[in-house]
Formats: sequence, structure tokens, C-alpha cells
Amino acid sequence: MTTPAQTNAPALSLHVPEPPRRPGEAPDFSGLVLAEAGAVARPPVHAPAETLRDLPYTLIRVLDGSGRAVGPWNPGLDAQTLTAGLKAMILTRTFDERMYRAQRQGKTSFYMKCTGEEAIACAQAGVLRREDMGFPTYRQQGLLIARGYPLVDMMHQIYSNAADPIKGRQLPIMYSSRDYGFFTISGNLGTQYPQAVGWAMASAYSGDDRIAAAWIGDGATAEGDFHQALTFASVYRAPVVLNIVNNQWAISSFAGIAGAENTTFAAKGLAYGLPSLRVDGNDFLAVHAATAWAAERARSNLGATLIEFFTYRAAQHSTSDDPARYRPGDEAALWPLGDPIQRLKAHMIREGVWSEADHQSAEHEAQEAVRAAAREAEAVGTLGQSRVSSRTLFEDVFAQPDWRLRRQRQQLGV
Amino acid sequence: MPAMNMIQALNSALDVMLERDPKVLILGQDVGYFGGVFRVTDGLQKKHGLTRCFDAPITEGGIVGAAIGMGAYGLRPVVEIQFADYIYPAYDQIVSEAAKLRYRSAGQFTAPLTIRSPYGGGIFGGQTHSQSPESLFTHIAGLKVVIPSNPHDAKGLLIAAIEDDDPVIFLEPKRIYNGPFEGWRDRPVSSWAGHPQAEVPAEHYVVPLGQAAIARAGEAVTVLAYGTMVHVALAAAAHAGIDAEVIDLRTLVPVDIDTVTASVRKTGRCVIVHEAPLTSGFGAELSALVQERCFYHLEAPIVRVTGWDTPYPHALEWDYFPGPERVAEALRNVLSGEVA
Repeated sequence: MTTPAQTNAPALSLHVPEPPRRPGEAPDFSGLVLAEAGAVARPPVHAPAETLRDLPYTLIRVLDGSGRAVGPWNPGLDAQTLTAGLKAMILTRTFDERMYRAQRQGKTSFYMKCTGEEAIACAQAGVLRREDMGFPTYRQQGLLIARGYPLVDMMHQIYSNAADPIKGRQLPIMYSSRDYGFFTISGNLGTQYPQAVGWAMASAYSGDDRIAAAWIGDGATAEGDFHQALTFASVYRAPVVLNIVNNQWAISSFAGIAGAENTTFAAKGLAYGLPSLRVDGNDFLAVHAATAWAAERARSNLGATLIEFFTYRAAQHSTSDDPARYRPGDEAALWPLGDPIQRLKAHMIREGVWSEADHQSAEHEAQEAVRAAAREAEAVGTLGQSRVSSRTLFEDVFAQPDWRLRRQRQQLGV
Repeated sequence: MPAMNMIQALNSALDVMLERDPKVLILGQDVGYFGGVFRVTDGLQKKHGLTRCFDAPITEGGIVGAAIGMGAYGLRPVVEIQFADYIYPAYDQIVSEAAKLRYRSAGQFTAPLTIRSPYGGGIFGGQTHSQSPESLFTHIAGLKVVIPSNPHDAKGLLIAAIEDDDPVIFLEPKRIYNGPFEGWRDRPVSSWAGHPQAEVPAEHYVVPLGQAAIARAGEAVTVLAYGTMVHVALAAAAHAGIDAEVIDLRTLVPVDIDTVTASVRKTGRCVIVHEAPLTSGFGAELSALVQERCFYHLEAPIVRVTGWDTPYPHALEWDYFPGPERVAEALRNVLSGEVA
């Protein structure tokens, strides 16, 4: 223990942020300041960054409490796009529930759900092109699912079986699919952010018309990679959409531990001179509109946009986590921005393009699709029942194995 | 054939590759208009254009991270980290990302980037401008590590590194940029002028990765060295009057095990020299490899002559630097059998 203050000056005290409520207490959302749906102006994409400085401190919302789409950010999506988006969200949630159960049944070692966050990836998958390159973190499975990536291939990866497209090299859910614009996921948080900027710079360097996108969690914005990426994105006006998925929780640490008590995550873009939006992440239409705005800026060679999607991690961090130990159990159910699936459903019913019967039938279809994929994947094998040949251990370290790898493969006897 | 120092040879390699391949681009601190603090990229921006060779912010992790993205896109970025001592902020991107992309994506994504960085001491650079971090990279699956010792090899190896489809750590011994250095601190500085390996073809050529060179053929003892220490080892052999076979490894990973093994089996003795600290240095790997393959040919213990296990000092640089006297003593000892 150091000695106390030596002078008459007031003693200093260390501040350690704490969330407003802990387990056993009623959730408290009184600190949330939520703009009304439709209240935020939509500037033209070529508006200079210095005229956009209020946007990180408000919240872009389109769907109001009654399911109406209101205000200048309403993307005016047709029924087909809405239906595809809702079905993708339903399928993502169904897939998550099935694979969560599979982990509990011992069929795999690990799983991560994106419950409550489905609108973000599912809406963005339709705005960004498959030819663009997405640099996701570990809760963007909706990108693959919304683009029609085979569910069975995701399951092969989760089961690390002989049909795993990445040969059992990675922890479950660390997908990679170049053909679907989905960069190989890293377990080291934040590393994908400067890589996405570099990919976007390469596209611009090459005179291409493709753009990049990256996702990061609220917690990982504290990594140096985040700030390095924003520096590069700003300096070289890289055509990239930089997304922060602020789901309030980094495992057990609330967003205040990443600095949310003092500013918004979107506001971190201001110092880099990047247009920065703060968006209701549980509002499919707002996600769609904000992403389209940012993508248009990127495609018009106007550079990068930072978007904070304000959402809530309704599920546990992973199957290795138990949120009941650090946050009120009903916080997710009472989240003021609601459930993205229910909100889009209510809107579509109100618009007369969807019905309860349609919804039930979509849920049934999703169940069937997931069940069929699971049957196929489990026929190949769940974790430990099936795996790639041991020879593959030594493949893909380099384009060509050197003498060490050839010798070590012989030593393993494969 | 033009005579070049190592800086000019590296510049020529970059010039040739920028000319040949539009997928090659260069980024790093001060590499653009100014041409780099060691002048390796001098004139390249003016000749090839602003987007082919440009300045980067002072964020090594950002530079390497962006280059990985460029590599994943399909380019062949060449990155300069101004001093190897500055490379640590990029270590996660190099180790966890560049080195692993091919493996973890089963070949869907690769990072064919070259990371150039001046390294090593003997320049009164103190702790932050003198380090030799090669073993931090030789230990990493998925990385190749290359260190040239002369202008001819520097050009051919750098072209090979850029053309390689995997990430290459290319460490440039800055003490010998302008001339070979034998490690005598008090003798006049020599230049590359007139040195046979300063004859550098102007055009494209490759010195293949993974092939060592025999810098001096000999019968009495094998010396394994790379970078500046090749010249120190040659000087030590002459100083001690010992018929040493000096092997310039040129590539540390993958090391040319056949050349090493054949030499030690012939001489029966082995001295390993590097400037990096002793413990867990690349010499430890070399020593193990030689022991595994040449045990029954060895007539004396393998000896390592290296930097000490201290930070790189400033005022006491010449107490740290493994100069020709220390190497010569090791050569004498392995021949006389007086090895502690």
C-alpha cells in the first residue's frame, strides 16, 4: 500500500465503471437516450464529414413502436426484399438454436449464437455484394445464411468433420468462404479491421469497383487494430464500411469497460474525420438504410464510414459462458429496442405483405431446412466421429511444403 | 555488370519488380517521396507513381494489417518496417494473421507479402536500433525468414521473396548496407566497391530461397553464419589462420539442411555465430539440427558465439558485438578441444 496524500489537496480516487444493475436486480435502462424513429435527418452521401458531426450522438431509427416505417432513412424496400430479410433472420435464429442444442448434446465443442443481432448481418448481406469482401468477427453468421451459403457446410465446419471446408483447422463457427465474400474469421479480436481497410485500398489501387466491410464488437474497439484501421481508412479514403456491433457485453464486461460511459462508439470516428453513424441495430430497415448510405459513399470513392449498431447480446457470449452470473436475467427480454425479428414481422404485417400464417410457415421451413442439413452433416459425422485425413495436418502451411514438413509428416507416419 | 552496394541492389530489386508486376506495391514509413531513411526506395515513387510506393502512418500493426488485406485481395505488397526494433507492434498481425491465413482458411486466403526491415547492430544504435529479432520469426509456422549478406544475394533473394506465395520476413543487415564489415571496430570502414559480390546484374534474377552459399570452403571447422556475421566469420578465420568452411545460410527458414550437414560431416566441427542473444536464438536450432544429423562425425562440442543475454547496449556496443576476436577464439578452441 502506498502512503496517502501528503498535502491538503483532495485525495484522488480511481473510477472503475460498473453497469447499472447486476444479477438479482431489475434491469435499468434509464440511462439510454433513444431518438424517436424518423427523427434523424438523412444527409446526402457526399455531405462533408464536418457537417455530419451530430450523427454519432443520436440514433438512426426507421421502425416506430407501432411497426410503421418513418422518416428520411426509410429505405422503402419492396415486399420481396423484406420477405427475404425476415426469412434470413428466422433461419439464422433457427440455425443458432439447433447448433446450440447440438453443442449441449456433445456433438461439438463450442458454439456462439447471435440472438437479437440478426438484423445486422441479414440486412447487410443484401446491401453489400457477394463480390465485395466482408471481414467478419464471430457473430455475423447471418451474412452467410442470408446469402444462401449451404447450411450443411457451416455444420461440417462446426463438427470439424471430414467434409469441413477448412479441413478442421479452426474452432467451431470460425467460417471462411472466399466465394461468399466472407473472410476467414480470426479468434484474435480486431485483427480483421486493418485487413479490411487494406483489402479496400487494394481494390481502389486496382481500379476495381468492389468494396470491403468489417465488423468488430464494442469491446474490441479498445484494441490497437481498431484505431490503426481508422487511421488507414481516413488517410487513404479506403472504400470500406466499418461496422461496430455494440451489443453491450464483451463476455462479462459491460460496454462501459470499453469506454461507453464517456462517449458513443460511433463518435470514435469523429477524430479520424470519418462520417460516423449510430444506428438502431434491431431495426432491419435502419440497418439496411445506413449500410446502403455507407456503401454508396464507398462506391463513389468518398471513402470509409463508421457505423455503430446499437443492439443487445440476448444470448450468452458462447456455450462456455453463463450471463446469469453477471447481468440481470431478464435484461434481454426487456431491452427497449426489442427483438429484430418481431419488429420486422410487425411492420410487414402492418404493410399487408406478411401474416401470422406466413410467419409460421417460414419458421417451419427454417426448421425443415436446418433439420435436413443436420441430417446430412451428422451422416458425415459430429466432432470426433469424423475428421480429415492426418496427412492434411501438414498441408497449407506454405504453398509448397519444405523439407521440415515432409520429414515431420513421415515421422507422424502419414 | 554494374557495381552496387546493398542499398542500390535492394532498390534495383524493387525497381525491377514494380516494373514487371502491377500487383507489387510498396508501403512504409518515409518510403515514398523521400525514399526511405536508408534510401532503399529512393526514386521509386517518382519513377513508378504515387500509388506504387507510398508513405504510411507510424503504425506498424496497421501497415502489416493493411498489407495482409492487400495480399488477400491478390496484390504482392512489400512493406518496410523502418527498424526491426519497431516490428513488435505488428507481431500479432504477422504471427496470428499473415503466417496463418493459408492454413486456417485451407488455402482460400493467402498473404503473399514481403516484410523488409533493417536489423542488427554495429552502428551505435542502442537498444532500439540494433536488435536482431530473427528467432521470433523462425519459430513461427507459416513464415519464411531471409537474411542476405551481400548486394548480389540481396537483390536475388528480395525478388525471390516478393515472388514467393507466402509471407517472407526479409531482414537486412544495416551494418553492411554500404560495405562489408568484418567486425574490427577500430579499422577503416570498407565499401562494397571492388567486392566480387557487389557485381549485380541490372535485370531480373533470383537467388532461390532455402539455399545456403559456401562463403569460404575449408576443411578444419564449419562456421554457420548469416548477415553481417558472415563477414565477421571470414575475418575470424583469417585472423586465426584456420581453414574454416564458412556457410552463409541466406535463408533461415527453410534452412538449407543438406549444405549444413555435408559440411559438418566433412569438418567434424561446428561453430555458430549470430548477433542476437544466446538463449533461444537461431543458433540453438542450428545446434540441435547439427547434433541430430552429425553426432557421430563431431569431434568437439558445437560452440555458439552470439550476443549476450542483455539488452543491446549503446556505450558498450563492442563488448556486446560478437566480433572476430571472439569468433577466432571459438575456432581455436573447437580445434584444440578446449571447449568449456
